[in-house]
Amino acid sequence: MKAHLTRRYLFSASHRLHSDEMSAAENQSTYGKCNNPYGHGHNYTLQVTVSGQVDPSTGMVCNLVDLDDFMSREVLSRYDHENLNTLQEFARNVPTTENLCTQIYEIVQRGFRPAHLERVKLEETMMNSFEYKGETETATRSKEEPK
Amino acid sequence: MVYLTRKAEFSASHYYHNPDFTPEENLRLFGKCNNPNGHGHNYTLEVTVKGEVDSRSGFVVDLKQLKEIMHREVLDAMDHRFLNKEVPEFLHQIPTTENLAIAIWQRLHTKLEKARLHRVRVYETPDLFVDFYGEA
Repeated sequence: MKAHLTRRYLFSASHRLHSDEMSAAENQSTYGKCNNPYGHGHNYTLQVTVSGQVDPSTGMVCNLVDLDDFMSREVLSRYDHENLNTLQEFARNVPTTENLCTQIYEIVQRGFRPAHLERVKLEETMMNSFEYKGETETATRSKEEPK
Repeated sequence: MVYLTRKAEFSASHYYHNPDFTPEENLRLFGKCNNPNGHGHNYTLEVTVKGEVDSRSGFVVDLKQLKEIMHREVLDAMDHRFLNKEVPEFLHQIPTTENLAIAIWQRLHTKLEKARLHRVRVYETPDLFVDFYGEA
């Protein structure tokens, strides 16, 4: 039988929302307080959902130790107590929580083998959360748009 | 179609062990969870049912009935119990959160009348939960 397992992790990081493609005034009007050049920080709550058949010999979708080890090695150690803007993946990409969420999805999707990745959910604060399931709605939408 | 979720809490103990494995394999696979004396959790159960809203009552399901079914079928059997020793499903099956979600689904899905069971979610801790949608 197929079950979905969700594990929650916490990490803290700082960032500044700023795009080199925009003027100073445009950055300010787009990002507001988040454009402060010194940056600011959040306690992020990350949920990773994986799915698969429950192995009758262990009763598990995947061993939690494997998931925890992977997440600690590949995600938490990369982002916890870091300034996101200093990382290579955000050199050209604004470290919004949308971009961080899809980035984490890609890391897990690429590297975690024991179960199928369903979803990454990232809460920036208790009031804001973002989810990514690997869907590419924008590709579909661009096809429908008149040329 | 409207989805309705009812929450409940129960506390139980369990341990993970497969008699087909050697003690070393059990310890390697299940770690601290292999302690035969068991350990416990405060579980949170969320049961989601779905259905059309009844035009006379305005309900998807009578919440009182749903609550009674959850109490009778799940909480009475599992709350303050040692799952491995007192709950029939787990005499020969490891009481992982995955198997717990499946067992609760199986206990509930035939008992509901008008509404259909959509999802059983079991939190073992606030940092770990399993969803079961009745998928094979």
